[in-house]
Amino acid sequence: MNGRSVMSNAITMPPNPVASAQLEPFLADFRAFDSRQNGSEPLAVKQLRQAGIASLAATGFPSTRLEAWRLTDIDPILQGHYQHPVAAPTVDAAALIPHRLAGCASLVLVDGHFSADLSDLSGLSEGVWAGSLAEALRHPELLALETLGRIARFGDPAQAFVALSTAFVRDGAYLQVAPGKAIERPIQVLMLASGGSTVSYPRNLFVTGAASQLTVIETFVSLNESAHFSCPVTEIAVGPAANVDHYRVQKENRAAHHVASLVLRQDQDSVFNSHSVMHGGALVRNDVVALLEAEGVSCTLNGLYVVSGKQRVDNQMLVEHAKPHGYSHELYKGILDEEARANFLGKIHVHPGAQQTDAVQANRNLILSKGAIAHSNPQLEIFADDVKCTHGSTVGQLDPDAVFYLRSRGIGQEAARSILTYAFAADIVERIKVPALRTDLESFLFNLLPEGDVVRQMAI
Amino acid sequence: MNTPILQISDLHAGLEDKPILRGLSLTVRPGEVHAIMGPNGSGKSTLAGVLAGREEYIVSGGSVLYKGQDLLEMEPEDRAREGLFLAFQYPVEIPGVSNTYFLRAALNAIRKHRGQPGIDPVNFIKLVRQKAAMVKMDEALVKRNLNEGFSGGEKKRNEIFHMAVLEPTLAILDETDSGLDIDALRSVAEGVNILRGPERAFVVITHYQRLLDYIVPDVVHVLVDGRIVRSGGKELALELEERGYAELEAQSRSENQPALAAG
Repeated sequence: MNGRSVMSNAITMPPNPVASAQLEPFLADFRAFDSRQNGSEPLAVKQLRQAGIASLAATGFPSTRLEAWRLTDIDPILQGHYQHPVAAPTVDAAALIPHRLAGCASLVLVDGHFSADLSDLSGLSEGVWAGSLAEALRHPELLALETLGRIARFGDPAQAFVALSTAFVRDGAYLQVAPGKAIERPIQVLMLASGGSTVSYPRNLFVTGAASQLTVIETFVSLNESAHFSCPVTEIAVGPAANVDHYRVQKENRAAHHVASLVLRQDQDSVFNSHSVMHGGALVRNDVVALLEAEGVSCTLNGLYVVSGKQRVDNQMLVEHAKPHGYSHELYKGILDEEARANFLGKIHVHPGAQQTDAVQANRNLILSKGAIAHSNPQLEIFADDVKCTHGSTVGQLDPDAVFYLRSRGIGQEAARSILTYAFAADIVERIKVPALRTDLESFLFNLLPEGDVVRQMAI
Repeated sequence: MNTPILQISDLHAGLEDKPILRGLSLTVRPGEVHAIMGPNGSGKSTLAGVLAGREEYIVSGGSVLYKGQDLLEMEPEDRAREGLFLAFQYPVEIPGVSNTYFLRAALNAIRKHRGQPGIDPVNFIKLVRQKAAMVKMDEALVKRNLNEGFSGGEKKRNEIFHMAVLEPTLAILDETDSGLDIDALRSVAEGVNILRGPERAFVVITHYQRLLDYIVPDVVHVLVDGRIVRSGGKELALELEERGYAELEAQSRSENQPALAAG
């Protein structure tokens, strides 16, 4: 169901008292938020938000009885008491320095609010519009208003967090690349949690014209260690024959809750490549929906999650092959230590008539300790007969023969384990084409591994 | 007389609940090349595994001295750092780890153990080029990921290349000849022959006599049922080639199991 098709001011409550109690703080926040907007937003946005809250109120939050939420325990999120900042709090620019990517323009959101002061949008090419979504929605010459909410759908109970985030749409990052234009340098959308028990609903919308090119990096960070909740939704419209490189880095603090949705729609002959790296958060849920709604598109969705302690990370992928000659390739890899848990559910849905679909999906998990658990659940739903679809998933430990092989040449045991753990991640690391981002990830891994210095020396 | 590099005395070892080596003794001195031949299942690879420190083998008796030290007490990496090298029968494919960088890390670990500084990248590249040429190793393979997608012959040649770079004191070649074509066999043997020297020793484990046409051993041992049943000069290998192992196996069994033979 499209978000805009639901329009109601009356919020109907689900009958279950537990569900009602879970919803109430969010509904109360909505009422306060809604009254503050006070006509400052376009009517269509107000209607979209109301559709969001109505949908959430009707479905309630997802229970573990839903297949898509079976292994995601959202109780810690719903038990949190969050402040919803009205405007961007002041942030010391120096605190951002470690998180900025060299060679990239930056678009900074603080608790979901655009900060012009902290952003650096200089040197962008002609034909590129980059800035605040709230502002973009007031520019009739841009495609923001007509695209917002058209890609990230809700209405189903499994999409309750998309509905929730949509109910609070106000600001975020908006990027638009005109047909035939290419960005000069990658754009980093840096989303900060400023501190305190904040909730944020950043809404990012990227629209690329025909035969345009965009490289964008979404980075999620916390500026201190307090528990907060991020509930971002990113919509991407990939134009005909456009080429979009998307990256996402989730490195919020170890107390953070993060439920994100990335929904992209590809037009004919377009190419979309996404690489997600997740190593922060207490509970991270990452939903990716790829709508391959035109012929001849290519979509790559790769990910790397590296978790330890009691971290939970849950990746849910859905690739909708709706038209012929589509190519999709998914590789998600996980490294789990201590008592971390990871869940992967990947669904490839090949619609009737989507002939010559070529879809590959793989999920590989490396378990470094006895207490870590990974679940992997690949699903294929194929309604066309001339397609090539493969999936594979593995959950395993370091190969003892490989460890022994390295040791037998003089490499210490811990170093051998570090080398092999890094090697496991290497094929994702090597695909990252933004140099500063790749260096960041390499440094993160070197610092994480007990004998990271040996690995660092090997990689030079 | 030279102090032995390796002195194995009455070694008993095997997998859990399965004795494989049953009283093996062997002495290897500097400069010597020993060939160990024997039928399948006689314990050849177990011997290689125990010497390199494979954890799945359990030693239940006997001793192994390596340069006078108790080898069995040493971790696998310390054995390597002390100059012991095992050329694997089945080298492991390791995606994501570059052959060259790995080899530099291994060489530096060994050098560090000896109190030497790490080799600088320029000299290392020179060394690698020289050794690759020596064992006729394709430079493209040198740069690829460790054994990933290598053919059987390329993997074996890579083992010899590693050996050439690491310059061990004692090299154990575990069926390095199996599956090699004649050209690969020759260049593997050449690599070994170039490295032969008064300070270094080799234990060449093989099922077939063919390799020993190219690596001429000082001593040939026949391993049957976990023990060395015969030792002799290089002519013993030719004799085995002609007559096979059956006679020696039958003999070993009648000696080992008199009760069964009598019953």
